[in-house]
Amino acid sequence: MHKNPLLRGMTQARYGRRDMLKFSAMAAAGYGLAACGVSGQKQKAVAEEDFWQGKKETGSLTFANWPLYIDPKRTQLKQFTKATGISVDYREDVQDIAAFAGKLQPQLANGDYTGYDLIVLTNGLELARFLALGYLAPLDHEQMPNFTKNLGQSYRDNSYDPGNKHTAPYASGITGIAYNPKYVDREITSIADLWDPKFKGKVGMMSDPQEIANFGLLLNGVEPAESTKKDWQAAADKLMKQRDDGIVRSYYAQDFVQPLTNGDVWLTMAWSGDIYQQNAEAGTDLKFVVPEEGATIWTDLMCIPTTSKAAVDSLKLIDFLYRPEIAAGLTEYITYIPPVPKAQDILRAQAQQASGAERKDLEQLVESPLVFPTDEDYSRLHNYVSIEPGKENSFTSVFHAVTQA
Amino acid sequence: MRRKLTPYLLALPGWAWLAMFFVVPIAGMVSLSLTSGNVITGFYQTFNVGNYLDAITLYSEQLVRSLLYGLGATLICIVIGYPAAYWIAFHGGKHKSTYLLLILLPFFVSFVLRTISWKFTLSDNGVVLGTLKSIGLLPADFAVLNTAPAVVLGLAYNFLPFMVLPIYAVLERMDHRVVEAAHDLYASKLQAFLRVVLPISLPGVFAGGLMTFIPTTADYVNASVLGGPGNTMIGSIVQTQYLVNNDYPIAAAITFVLMGVLLIGIFSYARALGTERVMEVQAK
Repeated sequence: MHKNPLLRGMTQARYGRRDMLKFSAMAAAGYGLAACGVSGQKQKAVAEEDFWQGKKETGSLTFANWPLYIDPKRTQLKQFTKATGISVDYREDVQDIAAFAGKLQPQLANGDYTGYDLIVLTNGLELARFLALGYLAPLDHEQMPNFTKNLGQSYRDNSYDPGNKHTAPYASGITGIAYNPKYVDREITSIADLWDPKFKGKVGMMSDPQEIANFGLLLNGVEPAESTKKDWQAAADKLMKQRDDGIVRSYYAQDFVQPLTNGDVWLTMAWSGDIYQQNAEAGTDLKFVVPEEGATIWTDLMCIPTTSKAAVDSLKLIDFLYRPEIAAGLTEYITYIPPVPKAQDILRAQAQQASGAERKDLEQLVESPLVFPTDEDYSRLHNYVSIEPGKENSFTSVFHAVTQA
Repeated sequence: MRRKLTPYLLALPGWAWLAMFFVVPIAGMVSLSLTSGNVITGFYQTFNVGNYLDAITLYSEQLVRSLLYGLGATLICIVIGYPAAYWIAFHGGKHKSTYLLLILLPFFVSFVLRTISWKFTLSDNGVVLGTLKSIGLLPADFAVLNTAPAVVLGLAYNFLPFMVLPIYAVLERMDHRVVEAAHDLYASKLQAFLRVVLPISLPGVFAGGLMTFIPTTADYVNASVLGGPGNTMIGSIVQTQYLVNNDYPIAAAITFVLMGVLLIGIFSYARALGTERVMEVQAK
C-alpha cells in the first residue's frame, strides 16, 4: 500500500467523497459548455465604405493559392513588389478548396485573423457559404482601375458573385478527361469512356463532390445547374457502379498528374492547365479532351477575408494582376484561362516577335481552345451544381457515399 | 507540510495541461456531438443522440475497416519490430545507439512526404513492381498501390519505431543473467526465450502495441494517399465531416464512437495480456 496519497490516487481506483464533488464540478462545467453550443457562425455584413475606412497599406501581405499557380520564380509578384514596394508572402496552401475553407471557417466565425490576407476560392459551395456568412470583404472597385477596365465580359455576367462585389477571378479552367496515349490505344472522346471495362482499375476520378457530380450528371445528359435531388442520386448510382465494377483506381483531390504520367492510371478526370503544364515541363505527351457530353468550367477567385490585416495591399495586388501584360505573363506559365481577354493579344504579339521553339509554344498557347476558348467552346462547358448555403450536405453526402466508401 | 504538498505541486503543471488541453476540449466536443443545426444557422444544444446513431449506422463499415487495418499494421510491427529490438538490445554491442538512430531516421522526414514516397515505390511500373514485372515474376496487371495491403504496409512502416523503442527499452534493461540461469537449468535457447525473455518483454510489446494500434486506427493520411476506392478509414470520414461538410456534431460523434471502441478494445487487450502481470514482472 502506498503511503503517499497522490501515488495511491494514481494507482488505485478509489472514489472518495471529495472525488465525487470533483466529478460533479466537472459535470457541471460540461453542462455549462453544453448549454452554449456553437452558434453565431455568421459575421455581420460590412458596408464597403465602412470596411475600407481607415484601412492603410502595411507594406506586406500573405497570399494563399493553389500549387503551380504562378511560376517558381514568382515573376509577377516580384514585378508587383518592384512597382509598389509591397512584399508578398506567397503560400501554396490550397490543396483542396473544401478542406482549406473548412480550416478557415472556425477562425472566420470568431472574427479572427486566419494568417492570410488574400485567399483563392473556387466558385463552388465553399464560396457560396463564405459569401452567405459574410466572411469576404467587399471590394472597392474605385481603387481597382485595371480590374474594372480589363475584366472580361463573361466574368462580369456571373451567377456566383453578381457584380463581382467580393471576388476577382484569378483564372478559369476546364475539368475534362486526360489520358496517356502510351497506354490508351484509341482516341478518348466521351465521359462514357471512363466507364469502359477495358480500362478496369486504370481510371482516375476526382474526389470533390462537385467535380464528380458534374461528370455523373453530364453522362446522364442532365444539365448540372438545373439538376434535382433525383438526378444526383441517378448520377451517384452510375458512379457507384463504376466504382463497384473495379474500374476506378483512385479518387484524386488534385494529385492525378503523377499517376497518369507513371501509368498507374491511364485516363482520368483532369484540369486542363495541369496537363498542359506537365507536357510543357516534363516533355510528356498527355492528351486532354473536352468530352462530347460536355465538361465543367470553374473559376478560381481572389477574395479578401474580412479579418485580413493587409486589405489595401491585397486590393492593390488584385488590381496589379489585371494589367494585361502581367496577366499575359501569368497565363504563359499557368496555362489556364485568364480573366483578362487582352492577354491573348499580348501573347499573340509576343509570338510574332519570338522565333524558333518559343514562337511555336506561344502560338500553340494563343490558339489553344483550353486557354482561350471560343464562344462555341464555352457552349459545351457547364458550371457546378449550385446549392443553397446550409443545405450542402443534402448534395455532398450523396457523392461522398461514392468517393468515401 | 511542505513535504506533503510537494507531489501535488510537482503534478500541477501536468494536471493543468491535461485540464486545459484535454478535459476542456473533450467536454466541448461531447457537448458539440449532441447539437443539431448547420454551419449557417449555428449549432444548438438539443441533446440529439441521433448523431451517435448516425455515426454508427452510416460509418460502421469504415470503423471496422480501420480497426482491422490498425490491427494488421500492429501485428506487422510486432513481427518486424520485435526481432529488430531484440537484436539491437542483445547483439547491438557498442553501436546500439547508431542502430536506434537508424530506426528513427525516417522520422526526420515529414510524415506526409514519407507516405508519398511509397506512392512512387509501389507504382505499377515503379522500381519494385516494374522490375519484377519485367523479369516475369509478376503478371503485368498486378498492382499494390490503391489497395488495402498498400494502406496497411504504409501504416506499419510509418509507426514501426513506436513498436521498436518500447520493446528495446524493456529488453535492454533486462538482467541478462536470468537467461544464463535458464540455461543452467537446462533450458534450450528456444525455451529460455519463450519462458524467460518473452514474458519479461511483454510490457514493452503491450506499450508498443498501444502506441501503434491507436494512432494507426485513427490515421487518415495513409488511406488517402495509398488507398483506393473502398479503403477509406474512419479518420478520413472525420476529416471530411469536419473540414469539408462542416458537420461538427457528426464529426464529434464519430470521434467518440471511435474512442469508445478503442477503449473497449484496449481494456480487453490489457485483460488478455494482463497489465497486472505486466506490473508483477516489472516489480520483479
